[in-house]
Amino acid sequence: MGTTGTPTNITQGSKTKGGIGESTLRPDGTLKVTGEFAYSSDMWHEDMLWGQILRSTVAHAEIVSIDTSEALAQPGVYAVMTYDDLPTEVKNYGLEIQDTPVLAHGKVRHHGEPVAIVAADHPETARRAAAKIKVEYKELPVITDEASATAPDAILIHEGRDDHHIGHVPHPNIVHRQPIIRGNVEEAAKKADFIVKGEYTFGMQDQAFLGPESGLAVPSEDGGVELYIATQWLHSDLKQIAPVLGLPEDKVRMTLSGVGGAFGGREDLSMQIHACLLALRTGKPVKIVYNRFESFFGHVHRHPAKLSYEHGATKDGKLTHLKARIVLDGGAYASASPAVVGNASSLGAGPYVVDNVDIEAIALYTNNPPCGAMRGFGAVQACFAYEAQMDKLADAVGMDRVAFRQLNAMEQGTIMPTGQAVDSPAPVAELLRRVKAMPLPPEQQWLAAGEAADVRQLPGGLSNTTHGEGVVRGVGYAVGIKNVGFSEGFDDYSTAKVRMEVVGGEPVATVHTAMAEVGQGGVTVHAQIARTELGVTHVTIHPADTQVGSAGSTSASRQTYVTGGAVKNSCELVREKVLELGRRKFGTYHPAWATAELLLEGGKVVTDGGEVLADLADVLEGEAVEVEAEWRHRPTEPFDLRTGQGFGHVQYTFAAHRAVVEVDTELGLVKVIELACAQDVGKALNPLSVIGQIQGGTTQGLGVAVMEEIIVDPKTAKVRNPSFTDYLIPTILDTPTIPVDVLELADDHAPYGLRGIGEAPTLSSTPAVLAAIRNATGLELNRTPVRPEHLTGTA
Amino acid sequence: MRVNFTVNGRQQEADDVWEGESLLYVLRERLGLPGSKNACEQGECGSCTVRLDGVPVCSCLVAAGQVEGREVVTVEGLADFAKQRAEHGGCATGACGTPGGSGTSLDEAKQWAAKGHDSQTGEGGELSSIQQAFIDAGAVQCGFCTPGLLVAADEMLERTPNPTDADIREALSGNLCRCTGYEKIMDAVRLAAARQSEAV
Repeated sequence: MGTTGTPTNITQGSKTKGGIGESTLRPDGTLKVTGEFAYSSDMWHEDMLWGQILRSTVAHAEIVSIDTSEALAQPGVYAVMTYDDLPTEVKNYGLEIQDTPVLAHGKVRHHGEPVAIVAADHPETARRAAAKIKVEYKELPVITDEASATAPDAILIHEGRDDHHIGHVPHPNIVHRQPIIRGNVEEAAKKADFIVKGEYTFGMQDQAFLGPESGLAVPSEDGGVELYIATQWLHSDLKQIAPVLGLPEDKVRMTLSGVGGAFGGREDLSMQIHACLLALRTGKPVKIVYNRFESFFGHVHRHPAKLSYEHGATKDGKLTHLKARIVLDGGAYASASPAVVGNASSLGAGPYVVDNVDIEAIALYTNNPPCGAMRGFGAVQACFAYEAQMDKLADAVGMDRVAFRQLNAMEQGTIMPTGQAVDSPAPVAELLRRVKAMPLPPEQQWLAAGEAADVRQLPGGLSNTTHGEGVVRGVGYAVGIKNVGFSEGFDDYSTAKVRMEVVGGEPVATVHTAMAEVGQGGVTVHAQIARTELGVTHVTIHPADTQVGSAGSTSASRQTYVTGGAVKNSCELVREKVLELGRRKFGTYHPAWATAELLLEGGKVVTDGGEVLADLADVLEGEAVEVEAEWRHRPTEPFDLRTGQGFGHVQYTFAAHRAVVEVDTELGLVKVIELACAQDVGKALNPLSVIGQIQGGTTQGLGVAVMEEIIVDPKTAKVRNPSFTDYLIPTILDTPTIPVDVLELADDHAPYGLRGIGEAPTLSSTPAVLAAIRNATGLELNRTPVRPEHLTGTA
Repeated sequence: MRVNFTVNGRQQEADDVWEGESLLYVLRERLGLPGSKNACEQGECGSCTVRLDGVPVCSCLVAAGQVEGREVVTVEGLADFAKQRAEHGGCATGACGTPGGSGTSLDEAKQWAAKGHDSQTGEGGELSSIQQAFIDAGAVQCGFCTPGLLVAADEMLERTPNPTDADIREALSGNLCRCTGYEKIMDAVRLAAARQSEAV
């Protein structure tokens, strides 16, 4: 796989088959290819009812009245609930700021906000009943951008804010503001031989996971509720759900169901509380499954952004300064906006050495759809802008675009604009070198199969719009930097329970965490870690639930690092106990029990010299060893609110892309021919899964480069394309080959030296494609996604 | 209404079907076959792809009443369907790839019946070559698109045993996947094709 092996701190040999570093196959693979794997939308219960949510048809309005009588009178309808039916004083939820109403109260703040919920015996009955609820709205002016949000007479989206950001924001319609100030930009600008400015726009992207929001709530005899749900973080959901239901957390028992993708879109709650409320109200199990239309309203999106960048460079190509302003549209509710602001600002300079920096990032409250977490989380928008700037600067200086980046590339020891020293490998220049060194796809590849053009290989594809006329090729490069794990002082721990016992004469390890497996392959990696650390072949992965401590979120590229780290740690604790047990049972038989370094390998206790002391099955006979322990990465600290200085991030991760595109300049159609990626992963615990993550992340970046955008009408703040007919994600025809070069430079701070990998490829993919289209067309293209009209000049 | 049709080689009868229900709904909610997925309900994503008289269709766009008397193959029956096809010279039912069917009698159709897998472990039956290839090539991540892709890819390999990359992309262009970037899916289909041609 083109890896450069470097020694990593593997604590316990890796001789046991199926351990880390091998491309073991998914434990859920067979279930997933036979259709037996139970996703949250597949849950079924006898006497189950179907829930349906009524959502606002307008973006900003006072609710004058709600009449549910006709809906309630429908045969088959068991319950209709509005704000007035909420059982406790806790009526809002939210990841950081509890500003999101479970059901609208007096006002709706965005198109598609939940207003009422219905339970009925058939989904269509529930849908029709919801349609019979009469809501009278008195519409209010909509706030849709920075100007309308911060106007002196602007309506406040949230009156009476008392969250911990209100003290430092310049306007109550700004969720959070984070400046990053370092050096002296004004002085540095005087030394610049070239100054390049740009205004960039990043469109609103949807996670578009394929398994829509869904779950089943089952009331239990003790007055509690069991919730089978697809989420990214069970314990975060639990903290938000229980108070609204008026239940202690131990009476809300959550089990992870099959999750059909996430990409950030399941960090916030969707139907969880609604299903529980209806189940508790009716005393019956209630299932809610969004359809695709509703899914577009049912989760937050990637923040659209306006970015203003000014860079300077000397004539020999060194960056002098950066001045940037990043305005993120957070929509009607806070969601993860504060943390996205932290990322956009602290990573706003990109993977470059620049000593004089003045960056400001803000997130707005508007009446647009709420935005929050999506793969790349604030770093994506910034990367789009600074990489466009790098090309412009290189051109201004008269340098090769890759060489210019390499000249300014950060490395281990570089001080970030936040003052944080980068204290593990940062092979930015090397990744660019590698991605550039890959062979280019042949010119006019559509002729590869013979004399006649294969239109499937051309822009426009089977629409048969060109046989090569008007088609020009372009090549573009980009590189990005992403943080791994939760930052800014967050206590980002994970818990793992590991048990070892003999089953059927064989030593077996069971790993139990609350980690949300959303497709990333965490379950595969957990089993590999257990095999490596405990020397067993058989590992059982217990279903994820809230009967074990939190595993944190499946986001921020953190699960293999943090929950993987927790599994490793608990395995080490189990191993110590197993060895103690062995010493007690067999210590007198061999002096090595007392004197040698002992390992568990291949189902045996062995010395570091390889001498076998005992079978694990004999050591564990009649015993079970179990440890549940929390594990933490090194702590971070918040960014200073005025200067942005602070040790804010746990780890950085880097990827570089080269895009090759062909553009039909007459019709403005783009075909991405190849999207090569080089990424440093620290240590590939499962190489097959690593490549899968890189290719998947790359493709999501491609999507927002050329097709994906939620279109919100600026006059009404209503969503205009909530469907897969109108919101396009890349098909297999839109997606090129994605050769991947994986570099493994260990981070000594991380378990096995690994680096979080899921997000970095989503950053640089988009600007690489944009750079390639600019290269092909000569157009400036300051917004993404690029649509045909931007290329034909008919926009 | 009542709908009688064959699913994975077995005669099925669905009662109390509301006229607006789709084939997908009947499979998932009335027949206990949730393998076919509902990801868009408008024929854009292919997650619900099944074979109707041999032809791949989006089951969300097929009204339940339209399948009266017809044959459906879902992902749950794919392994046995493929096995049957291998044993009968490349066609499980006699209606492979021929829209409208070619006069397959019910008795002929009944010559195979999917056995299914253990719902806890997935064990209990052999996988078809395309299913095994998806696992081996790492083409499964969240897996939500997988059932539809498997049905579509299996049908493509039935028609085109030695596909070019362009053939594969064209045949699978109606099936969205959000996790993999499709590269491992390409690998899986190539792998299945190679293994099949080796086996012949």
